[in-house]
Amino acid sequence: MERRDFLKKCIMVIAGASVPLSALTLVDPKKVLAANPSIQWAFLVDTTKCVGCGFCVKACKTENDIPLNANVTRTWVERYVYTKDDRRYVDSPKGALDGYTDARIDLGKGEFKEIDKDNVGKAFFVPKLCNHCASPACTQVCPVGATYKADNGVVLVDRKWCIGCGYCIMACPYAARFFHPVLKVADKCTFCYHRLSKGLDSACVNACPFGARKMGNIHDKNDPITQIIMNERVGVLKDEFGTKPQAFYIGLAQEVR
Amino acid sequence: MYSYHRKSNEAEWANQPAKYGTTGREKLHEFCAECHGDVVKIRTEKLHGTIPCENCHGPVLNHPEKPEKLDVDRSRELCLRCHTNLPYTTSERKRIPGIDPKTHNTGAVCVSCHNPHNPSLEGMK
Repeated sequence: MERRDFLKKCIMVIAGASVPLSALTLVDPKKVLAANPSIQWAFLVDTTKCVGCGFCVKACKTENDIPLNANVTRTWVERYVYTKDDRRYVDSPKGALDGYTDARIDLGKGEFKEIDKDNVGKAFFVPKLCNHCASPACTQVCPVGATYKADNGVVLVDRKWCIGCGYCIMACPYAARFFHPVLKVADKCTFCYHRLSKGLDSACVNACPFGARKMGNIHDKNDPITQIIMNERVGVLKDEFGTKPQAFYIGLAQEVR
Repeated sequence: MYSYHRKSNEAEWANQPAKYGTTGREKLHEFCAECHGDVVKIRTEKLHGTIPCENCHGPVLNHPEKPEKLDVDRSRELCLRCHTNLPYTTSERKRIPGIDPKTHNTGAVCVSCHNPHNPSLEGMK
């Protein structure tokens, strides 16, 4: 075979092999999504509406069988107090399970900080929970593949597979995971997966009398919650970690991380 | 991004029983009003009308079969969640009238004087 023929045949083979590749049309994710409208849950916290009653924490713990008195919780409410002499205090006694019934700041270990009421500059409450990140750090570190992101965006833990090593608890930048003291596995907010799949609101959303907590399908443009996320000024926690959190906050302050 | 997926586990989570009903903001009191609408005037207007029934009356579970009667939380602590006076003028808390739990009728339960279904101070019993 001559060199020229060899090269020609080579080119023919390559061209032939590439035909099936070109037959595959490039998939446009937007078109696929429009044809198969899927649910992608997102959370919206309006911190300006929260009064720190802690009904959400109580409802969450009751609904999901988290021991009430153990110092672990799937959701919690933080209190931020700024004084006029520019000091900043944050506390969350028992995750605000019983609300805030004391104007003193809980410093832990039984110590409290009295703040003169004339010295309070601004103060507010911030509910926190798992952000159900689009790119979660916790699911990547699991050595046994027990934690995963469901198709509808909810990050779940398979309690039968979890070995309780605690890697995911350390990996979460938001401290949203904890070790379940009874079941001895990693536990976290599930957006009340069982309630969502029954068409109910999650327990915390249901319990909030002030509408500070809401959930919506971020893949549905007409969803009122998606509308707020698209059109209003919302922020996420620790954006710099690149986890793409799916819990959006209205009225975030710089100190809230 | 690649990650694990435990497909069979999704159904396990989905099939867990729910404890609370749906008495939240969206379908406020509708669920309870189906049976109790005549007996108790269920308020949906301002003041306590925005509080889901289950926050005080407890999770509905399989009521009315089990439990037949819900365990109502009438404790002082429940009311104090919102009605403790905190000096936070920049938060929504400023809208809610508050008391100092250390001085305001200590030891008494709030419901012995205040009616939680009609909390207006003018109509106090």
